[in-house]
Amino acid sequence: MPENFKPDYNKIIDWVVAGSRVLDVGCGDGKLLNRLRSEKNIIGVGVDKDPANLDNCIGKGLSVIQIDLDIERRLKDFPDKTFDYVVLNDTLQALEHPLDVLLEMLRLGKKVIVGFPNFAHIVSRSYLFFKGKMPMSKTLPYEWYDTPNIHFMTIKDFNNLCKKRGIRIIKKTYFTETFKEVPSIFANLFASEAVYLIEK
Amino acid sequence: MLLSKIQEFKFDELPLESGEVLSPVTLAYETYGKLNSDKSNAILICHALSGDSHIAGKYSDSDKKTGWWDSVIGPEKAIDTDKYFVICANIIGGCRGSTGPSSINPKTNKPYALDFPMITITDMVNAQKKLIDHFGIPKLLSVIGGSMGGMLVLEWAVSYPEMVKSVIPVATTSRLSAQGIAFNEVGRRAIMADPNFKNGNYYDSSPPSDGLAIARMIGHITYLSDEAMHAKFGRQLKGEKKFQTKFGVDFQVESYLQHQGLSFTQRFDANSYLYITKAIDIFDLGESYGGLKEAFQRSRGIKFLVISFTSDWLFPAYQSWDMVKALKANSIPVSYRNIESSAGHDAFLLDDPQLKDILEGFLANA
Repeated sequence: MPENFKPDYNKIIDWVVAGSRVLDVGCGDGKLLNRLRSEKNIIGVGVDKDPANLDNCIGKGLSVIQIDLDIERRLKDFPDKTFDYVVLNDTLQALEHPLDVLLEMLRLGKKVIVGFPNFAHIVSRSYLFFKGKMPMSKTLPYEWYDTPNIHFMTIKDFNNLCKKRGIRIIKKTYFTETFKEVPSIFANLFASEAVYLIEK
Repeated sequence: MLLSKIQEFKFDELPLESGEVLSPVTLAYETYGKLNSDKSNAILICHALSGDSHIAGKYSDSDKKTGWWDSVIGPEKAIDTDKYFVICANIIGGCRGSTGPSSINPKTNKPYALDFPMITITDMVNAQKKLIDHFGIPKLLSVIGGSMGGMLVLEWAVSYPEMVKSVIPVATTSRLSAQGIAFNEVGRRAIMADPNFKNGNYYDSSPPSDGLAIARMIGHITYLSDEAMHAKFGRQLKGEKKFQTKFGVDFQVESYLQHQGLSFTQRFDANSYLYITKAIDIFDLGESYGGLKEAFQRSRGIKFLVISFTSDWLFPAYQSWDMVKALKANSIPVSYRNIESSAGHDAFLLDDPQLKDILEGFLANA
């Protein structure tokens, strides 16, 4: 994920009940897991494919497992509802098979926390409309050819997916680029980032 | 320069899994660094098939070679001997100072040879446990080892979980594949087919060096990878042109294997090779507990770091993953790294910056 984009973890940390088992998929350098560990005393496991990220996590004393979710279906080896929470923060849109992974996480976790950038954000819309180019912004700083984000979606898309797949939305929250909360009704237009707590 | 010396720990008897008793027993071991006052900084290193207690440094300044894991162990290295008290003991059944088939059988006053009892990985660990007790160490900070050493690490975690805070099994398995057993068997057959083998009674004559050398050559092929061999040797010739001698050494790879085979015969006992490879083949961590998951039930409370290497086809990564799965099923904290390397099984012995970082980072939090 882009270095200049620091997602607001506070909501996620808020939602997680203390002492839970948490799987952070695409855990990066382990910042979220580390905070969850110190603030919520969770038992955490991280999954990532990047060696440098993994080694960074190990150096923090976190448990991390090397899996490339695009090519290895290893999480299928864990039993149903192994975790109280599975966190998929800014990961889904970068996967080759996001739906498969999302459904797998709903199987693995009692609850799943999903965070993703909203591609229907006004800035992206107008960028595309006026410039006629693929949008780039603080949250999406990549050119189309080198972006890790290969499955763009909007808040509306995600809501529709949940409906279609019988996924229950327990809570959701929307943010602007400066982490100001956006009411649901305006979210698809004004939120750059969405975080959901879901279950199936 | 880090200097070490071989020490001996002797005890009366070791009951073996086979029901026999090995008596008396000597363990050759080396230590590095200082044991702290509450004895909480001890790390046990378990060596592989052909390894020994000499993990780091030299015996004297004039030595040409350093210990086998010198890249990792020493002052300010990944396993920092300024911080940790590091112990490594030669396994029983070995030939590097600990009691093995070449030791004198007190009943006959001759070397045991094939009268030496069958030994297992569990027996090796039971002997090491006596050494750790001898130091009065209640709990090892970590037990670390690669290949067969990794098998001992796993056995420690299941046999003596209360004595272990963390473990790092590297390039290993909870049970060897059929392919692995097959290669070991060919090695053993090469030794036993050597006319000098004489049913193991060769200690007062020429040892079965040709057989042992062939066993080692086969071993070395399995420790490398196609890519590593290609990079290291390719089709490079030893001399100026091919067919210089009939069926002599034409290629560099042949020369390498012959050198490895020959130098091995100068430091290793053929009978030990038979006993140790058999112990490796027989090892099945989960077997007596009804499965790997059940075995690891005993290891709750231990922190695991499982490491494999992408090009290791002798101890393939899927075997490490099987362990991670079984550990996770017991909610045991485990980290898993599959290090990208083209070096094959040998990768764990090489100077790999990733391996060093991972070990150092994990131990700092162990």
